[in-house]
Formats: sequence, C-alpha cells, structure tokens
Amino acid sequence: MTVKLIDTPIDYHAVTESVRDHRAGAVVLFLGTVREFTNDQQTTALDYDAYPEMANAKMQELIDEARDRWPIIHAVIEHRIGHLELGEVCVAVAVSSPHRKDAFHAGQFLIDELKVRVPIWKKENWIDGQTEWVHPASEKSSSPPPPA
Amino acid sequence: MNVTVKLFAQARDLAGTSQANLSLNEEQSVKEMLASLIDKYPALSQIQGNLLVAVNNEYVSSESLIPANAEIACFPPVSGG
Repeated sequence: MTVKLIDTPIDYHAVTESVRDHRAGAVVLFLGTVREFTNDQQTTALDYDAYPEMANAKMQELIDEARDRWPIIHAVIEHRIGHLELGEVCVAVAVSSPHRKDAFHAGQFLIDELKVRVPIWKKENWIDGQTEWVHPASEKSSSPPPPA
Repeated sequence: MNVTVKLFAQARDLAGTSQANLSLNEEQSVKEMLASLIDKYPALSQIQGNLLVAVNNEYVSSESLIPANAEIACFPPVSGG
C-alpha cells in the first residue's frame, strides 16, 4: 500500500525501506512529529481524527499528481490517527527518485498538499487540561482547491 | 430525498453526532443543505463560515447541487500532518 492511515506507531524505518530501489539515487523521508510548544502554548498530546475513505483517496491523488510532475520511483504516505504523545510521529512521507532534487521537491509537495487537502484533523491537548481543535482557516492557511 | 451527512472533528463535536439525517428537496444546493444542517444542529453556526463539504470524496462548492444517493460529508478545514 502506498498510502495508509494507522492507529499504531508508524514504522518509519519500514516506510523508508519500502521506497528504496536500485533505480533510485535518492531517498527522502519527511517525518511530522508532535511538537511541545506552539508559540507560548504548551501541548501535552494530540488527538488525530480522519475521514478514512476520503483521506486515503486524497493521499493517493497527491501521489498520482506528484508522479505526473517528478520522476518518482516509489512514494509512500502513512498518517497516524488517534492519541499521540509528545515527540511521536504523526506522518511519514517517503519518496525515491533517480536524483535528489526531484525527491526533495516531490516530498515537499506531498506534505504541503496533505496539510491542505487531506481530511485529517488534530485536536490540541493543552497543559492546562483544555482541548482545542486546530482550525487552519481561522488563522491564515489556504482552503482546499476548488473542484475540478 | 433523505440524505445522511457524515460529520467530523469539531463539526461532529458541536452537532453531538457523527451522522446527520436530513430531508432535502430535489435539486438542492450545498448551501441549502448546509442551512438545513445548521437549522437542525444550531451549534454548528459557530463554525458556519468555515465548513467544507465533500460529495463522493471530492470537495464541492456551495453552489453545487446535492446528487441523489451520494456520500456527503461536512467538516471544518483540515489540519493533518
């Protein structure tokens, strides 16, 4: 499987191995991890929720688009859902290509677009015991692209 | 027609349910569906301007018509990664 939602820790070594290939001269791995501080607010944990059918479809769509733009040999996206403690890996994106520039560009594209298009949400658990859904649009982020 | 709208994240929490059952007229737009949804679950008005709608796993605009027998979902802007 090239895209996956999982509720257990992401095996990012296995993810990386799964894109390695003799045709590749470059493998790029991006890991998103649970960060403790957002400005001066302290996080103790995150809870991730997803719309699984659409999230899988959108992650696959992103890989298909990346393949149209760069000479990718293998690409994998795994996103964790459920409760994650500080430092845990919430997402892994791995890309292999013949040369490094394409692997970097494709990897950046995949994580940037995942954060805009793929229906997954995070809820902050702040240190004072309050919880809060993260809402990019109420801050400054972009909306998903209009329908084709 | 009767439609079921799947709700996620803060939309689900505010509505207090993960599935909303609505009775819509034929040829209703996404905007009209959202109005019915908020009428039934007034707490959703808190995030009214931010709600996104997907039909059959694709984002749709507020002017699109709701097709029959479609899978409909409504949720706030995404924040994965």
